[in-house]
Amino acid sequence: MSQANQKQAEHRLPSPVANPENKAFLEAAQKDELLLKHCNSCKESHYYPRTICPHCGSDDTTWIKSAGVGEIYSYTVMRRGVEVPFAMAYVKLQEGISMLTHLTNCDFDSIRVGQKVRVVFQETQDGQKTHLFEPV
Amino acid sequence: MSFAANKYDACIAGIYEHPLRVAPDHTVAQLHAEVAQGALQDAGLTLDDVDGYFCAGDAPGMGPVSMVDYLGLKKLRYLDSTDTGGSSYLTHVNHAARAIAAGQCKVALITLAGRPKSEGSSGTQVRSQWASAPDFAFEKPYSPAPLNTYAMCAMRHMYEFGTTSEQLAWIKVAASHHAQHNPNAALKDVLTVDDVLNSPMIADPLHRADCCVVTDSGGALVVVHPDIAKSLKKPVVTMMGAGETTKGQMGGKVDLTYSGLAWAAPLAFKEAKLTPEQIRYASIYDSFTITVLIQLEDLGFCKKGEGGKFVEGGQLISGKGKLAFNTDGGGLCNNHPANRGGMTKVIEAVRQLRGEAHPAVQVPNLEFALASGIGGALGTRHGASVLIMGRLQ
Ligand SMILES: [Zn+2]
Repeated sequence: MSQANQKQAEHRLPSPVANPENKAFLEAAQKDELLLKHCNSCKESHYYPRTICPHCGSDDTTWIKSAGVGEIYSYTVMRRGVEVPFAMAYVKLQEGISMLTHLTNCDFDSIRVGQKVRVVFQETQDGQKTHLFEPV
Repeated sequence: MSFAANKYDACIAGIYEHPLRVAPDHTVAQLHAEVAQGALQDAGLTLDDVDGYFCAGDAPGMGPVSMVDYLGLKKLRYLDSTDTGGSSYLTHVNHAARAIAAGQCKVALITLAGRPKSEGSSGTQVRSQWASAPDFAFEKPYSPAPLNTYAMCAMRHMYEFGTTSEQLAWIKVAASHHAQHNPNAALKDVLTVDDVLNSPMIADPLHRADCCVVTDSGGALVVVHPDIAKSLKKPVVTMMGAGETTKGQMGGKVDLTYSGLAWAAPLAFKEAKLTPEQIRYASIYDSFTITVLIQLEDLGFCKKGEGGKFVEGGQLISGKGKLAFNTDGGGLCNNHPANRGGMTKVIEAVRQLRGEAHPAVQVPNLEFALASGIGGALGTRHGASVLIMGRLQ
C-alpha cells in the first residue's frame, strides 16, 4: 500500500491552545525541548502535566527536561476517513510514563510495538511546534 | 444501600427502543419524547406518573432543565444528568434504583436520543467538553478519535496476549447471527470471519466490520418502586447489583489492556451475590469488537488475556456458544443510537429476562442477566458501568 509510506509531514497537525498550566510545556516545544512534570514529594513524573501531582496529590511539582527517548507502547495507523493517513501512538518514555503522540519518518507498515523511538519536533498548522517520535 | 439485601428495592418496568435507524425528519427532542412515551406505555404508566427524570449531557438544550419542560413532567422531584458517554444510561439505572430505594422518587424515566447519521458521523453536536478538557492541549495535535484510540487498545492486547484479528472477527460474526432475526437492525446480513477480515482496514488492526453502526435513534427505560411494579402486567425485572467508575491515562501510567470494569464488575457481582458463571446472557457494550473482548475479561467471564480464545468458534452465539451476548444484534449490527450504546444494552437484557427476545435468540428460563457499558474512549478516558438484573420468580 503506497499510502502507508506517507510521511507525517503531509498530515497537517492541529495546534494546541495555551493555558496557564501548559504554557511552559508549549514554549519548550518551540525550542525542541520535551518537558515533563516531576513531583518532589513522591519522586514520580506524570503526564499530561498539571500543577497538582495525580499520583500523590502534592502541589510540590517542577518541570524537568525529558531525555526524549522511549519505546512504542501501542500504535495505530489511521488509514481511512482522514485526508492523509497518520500513525498515532502511545510512547513510553525512559522516565516511565506514556504520552499520546504521532510517529513520523517511518514506513507505516513496519511500525512495531516495542520499537525504540526518539522525540522530534514538527510545526503544526499555524507554525507552533509540537513533539512527535521517530524510530531510532 | 444494597439491592441484594432486598431484591424488591427497584425494578425495571418499561423499555422502548425507537424503530428508526435514520430519522432526518425528527428533532432530537422529539425522539426523546417518542421513546419516553413508548417505555411508559410498555410499563402501563403515563408521563403524569413520572417523578424522577434522567438524561445525559447530550440531551437537547440544558439537558434535564430543557427536557423536563419539553416533556411536560409535572411531578418531578428527582433528577440526574450524569454524563459518562455511552455508559451513562446504565449509570442512570443504578442511580435511579438507589434513589427509589431511598424514597426519593417512585417512577424514574431515563431517555436517550440522537441523530449522528443525519447530522454527520461525528455524532450528536454537543462535544464542547473535549475543548475544555485539561488534557486536550496534549492530545489535539494528534487527532485522537474513538476509533483510533480503541485501535491502540486492540494493538496492545494482541501484542501482550497474542489475540488475533480472527478472534476479534468472531465477535462481529456472533452479533450478525443475532441481527438477522431483528427486522429493525441496521445490518441484517450474516457475516463470516473472512467477511470481517476482508473489509477495509480503517485503523490498524481494526477493520470496518470491527466497528459498530452509526444510527439515529433512541431508547428509554422506566425504573419503578416495587409497589408499582407488582401492579403492572409485565414480568418484573429487579436490580440486583451495580458498579460504576471511570478510567483515564492515570498520570501517564497507561495500560490499554483493561477497562474500568475490572474495578466496577467485582462490586456488582458482590452486591448481587452472584458469580460470572451464573450469567448465561450478557449485553456487552460493543462500539468495536475489541471493546467486547476486553470487557469479557474484566467482567470475569474469562481470565485476562484469554478473551480471544473465549469468543472464537461462535461461543457468543445464542443457543450455540457458552455465553449469549447482544441478541438484538448489538451496536455492531443493530443500533448504536446517538453513538451511545448503553441504553440498548439494558433494553435487550430486560427483553431476555422477560422472555421477549426473538425466539431464535431467546435464552430459555433465564434468571439473571448482565449489561455493561463503556463510555467515551477506551484508549484515553472512559466511563465504565455494569448492571446485574434478575427476573422475579
Ligand atoms: Zn506526587
